[in-house]
Amino acid sequence: MKVVNQALPSVDGKGLMMGKKAYSDDYAEPNSLIVKVLRSPHPYAKIVKIDTTKAEALDGVELVLTYKDFDRRPFTRAGQGYPEPSPHDKFVLDNYVRYIGDEAAAVAAVDVRTAEKALKLIDIEYEVLEPVLDFETAFENKIIIHPEPEIHEMFPIGFDPKKNLAASYHMHVGDVDKSLEESEVVIEQSFYTHAQAHVMIEPHTVNSRMDYQGRLVIYSSTQTPIHVRRIISQALDYPLSKIRVIKPRVGGGFGGKQQVHGEMFVATVTIKTGKPAKMIYTRKEVFESSYSRHPMRFDLKLGSTKDGVLKAIDAYVVSDTGAYGEHALTVFMVAAAKVFPLYNKVDSVRFHGNVVYTNHTPGGAYRGYGAIQGNFALESAIDMLCHKLDIDPIEFRHKNMIKETETSPIFKIMGEGGEGIEMFMDTCKLDYCVKRGYELIKWKDIYPNKYLGNSKYKGVGMAIAMQGSGIPYIDMASATIKLNDDGFYNLMIGATDIGQGSDTILSQIAAEALGTTLDNVIPYSSDTDLTPFDTGAYASSTTYVSGNAVLKAGKEMRQMIINEAAKVFNVKPEDVEYDGVVLKSGENEITLKELSNRLYYNEDQKQLQITSSYYGTKSPPPFMAGFVEVNVDKETGEVEIVDYVSVVDCGTTINPMLAKGQVEGGIVQGIGMAMYEEVIYTKKGKLVTNDLMNYRIPTRREINKLTTEFADSYEKSGPYGAKSVGEIGIDTPPAALANAVYNAVGVRITTLPITPEKILMALKEKEKGE
Amino acid sequence: MRINIEVNGNLKTYDVAPDDYLLDTLRADNIFSIKRGCETSSCGVCTVLMDGKAVQSCTILSVKAEGHKITTIEGHQKEAKKLSEHFGHQGADQCGYCNSALALTVHAMKDEIKEPTNEDIKEYLVGNLCRCTGYEAQHRAIKLCLEDDE
Repeated sequence: MKVVNQALPSVDGKGLMMGKKAYSDDYAEPNSLIVKVLRSPHPYAKIVKIDTTKAEALDGVELVLTYKDFDRRPFTRAGQGYPEPSPHDKFVLDNYVRYIGDEAAAVAAVDVRTAEKALKLIDIEYEVLEPVLDFETAFENKIIIHPEPEIHEMFPIGFDPKKNLAASYHMHVGDVDKSLEESEVVIEQSFYTHAQAHVMIEPHTVNSRMDYQGRLVIYSSTQTPIHVRRIISQALDYPLSKIRVIKPRVGGGFGGKQQVHGEMFVATVTIKTGKPAKMIYTRKEVFESSYSRHPMRFDLKLGSTKDGVLKAIDAYVVSDTGAYGEHALTVFMVAAAKVFPLYNKVDSVRFHGNVVYTNHTPGGAYRGYGAIQGNFALESAIDMLCHKLDIDPIEFRHKNMIKETETSPIFKIMGEGGEGIEMFMDTCKLDYCVKRGYELIKWKDIYPNKYLGNSKYKGVGMAIAMQGSGIPYIDMASATIKLNDDGFYNLMIGATDIGQGSDTILSQIAAEALGTTLDNVIPYSSDTDLTPFDTGAYASSTTYVSGNAVLKAGKEMRQMIINEAAKVFNVKPEDVEYDGVVLKSGENEITLKELSNRLYYNEDQKQLQITSSYYGTKSPPPFMAGFVEVNVDKETGEVEIVDYVSVVDCGTTINPMLAKGQVEGGIVQGIGMAMYEEVIYTKKGKLVTNDLMNYRIPTRREINKLTTEFADSYEKSGPYGAKSVGEIGIDTPPAALANAVYNAVGVRITTLPITPEKILMALKEKEKGE
Repeated sequence: MRINIEVNGNLKTYDVAPDDYLLDTLRADNIFSIKRGCETSSCGVCTVLMDGKAVQSCTILSVKAEGHKITTIEGHQKEAKKLSEHFGHQGADQCGYCNSALALTVHAMKDEIKEPTNEDIKEYLVGNLCRCTGYEAQHRAIKLCLEDDE
């Protein structure tokens, strides 16, 4: 392969570093009205009276919007395929506010200053209601967060708002109670994960205008332009054909831009006033008023034989979806569906529980999507079990984990909000990943720990993980390849590059199929008027699903070119040889450049263009083993991460360097969740960690060494052997770090994040016990 | 009020309000390399050089820039191009939102520290947050770019 599996520079990095106009706000009209939202100061309240007359009278205020301006049409901002597995439980504006930061009213004014002044002039009388702030007491609480009658589920997801249930779920394989009873060793433990924030560096940004044809044109920093168009149309009852959504360069997403944010407001302002409008979330709004990861509690039981054969996994889980139920069921299910099959030799599995509403910032899509929560619980518990059994965790995993050609009954039972599909592991190099990681981290020399002197201990820990590659039978992607005069190509893709490098790797796939060089393929993503359908950048789907669509289009275009040359030569297509540059048949020869110029200017004139689609029928999981070496100070509880080793099976990498970037970025985001990114609410439901000073993401100071390798792997259903790689990197750090801290100093942290305070407290408790 | 600032070598006059921030004034003048990220000087994407020193334009009032020399990456295109080549080869490009400011800060570091160590680099650039790359590839690229100059 000449272009694929090559570490080529990204197609866009240079222009971006040079500061070219590229991101959504760069395209806002200079005279845009500034849209600002008045946000609720109460975690739960009813708007009894709202008076906008003073705000409307202020000079420079164009429009004030309240719930009275919108029909009561519930929708979901989730940004998923249709019908969504998320409840339709949100109104653009409502007469109830359900968390501190929820939308109470909106203003459009000539500048920021006037808009902010106008917000203060809106008089609202709230009837303050008692909130539900503890998700463990939300189920069947007497306080009901969504009493309104219009809200509904699109198909059964266990939605029962009278019980504060956004979704609920139950699955089992075999008889778990019996397996646990028969198990010689059982461990039981609860684990808590928190509401990690995405902290994409570009805040949510959107702007709109009416174009000269009277169509609403929106530039949005989104992962899902096609869904955004549909959701605006449905929520505002505005014709789909009159909306165009353009996704320019996106400054990071991580799932945070799968859902819609300010789109409804700028669209409404432009529709009502005919004027351009724009909205940029403040960082505080990104933290408080967008969404974060669903916090969860796992009550986990594992049963095994005394020689270390895992027999049963039993999990009761409660997930906090906050004020709205976006991705409630699907994130919940992934916590088992993309975690528990790692141990496929068990007799029985049970996974059940509730996704509850609370009066907190909503949960939503976030890289890892439940799998990171489930991984922390299961992979921590597996190490606890190993300790009880006195078995090396590496040996235990080799014995019990999933291997190539094997399957798990869970694949068929659990899918995206419904049933899944049976799937055998055509590629699973987990065995290699664990062996290689074991060598790289020098496990044998360190495990469980080494005393370094001065109260410091070195320890190692590890975890294994899996993810998916798109959502089978739901996600569809398509790609258009157009041949131009002079013989270069346009690649038009609905797939959205959000920084992960999809414009580059999809161009690499196209170039490989077309037999050309990367610079001869010009990618464009994405614009609902111009680029073909693609569900968007989520669920680790782009390389596998969109990549397969591009591969198909590339192969078909290549054949179209050969067919045209055959006509020129007056031979059969199978008699034409083509290396991507020159077409030959016997004595006849024509270059692609000559052929394309002939096609467009001289003879047999026609446009060569092809659109191909791909629809996944399975979701081959990428796998990885994550190993971490830490130094833990028993005096201070501080943890230094010395090295994080990742060995990943993502099939064949399309671009090894960019794939490495995906893994390493995921690892550091996972380290952030595991160690630094604490989420603090006041007792009254106010988010304290709502800026980058209080919410601490890893800086370059905390990152010492990342060692990242790929297993030799070829997934034959993937484009050129590739599986996905966007999410897998984030899954292992929480459990691997918890395990490393345990191995280093003997305390088990079961509530994320793993802070020095928690380690010190646990060490004190341990001393007391000893 | 009217203020005069030298921006990337050109004398500019802007009509600003007393509470306008430099970030907004410059972006309104189509300087797109500087970005809005946090409004609290915490993320580094709005970095400009004021008389050669890296400062955060999201918290500097435009009036405070009166009479100063402001440089953005638009004024250091050659350096940006050079660093971007190393970024490309090291796979350090992702969303790119922080890259222009990072390139500018690397440039300022070169002026300030001769032969910076790994620790110097991390310390100097600690305020340039990146959520995409995990920093390792950026660090390799920056080191190679510095070696190029030697």
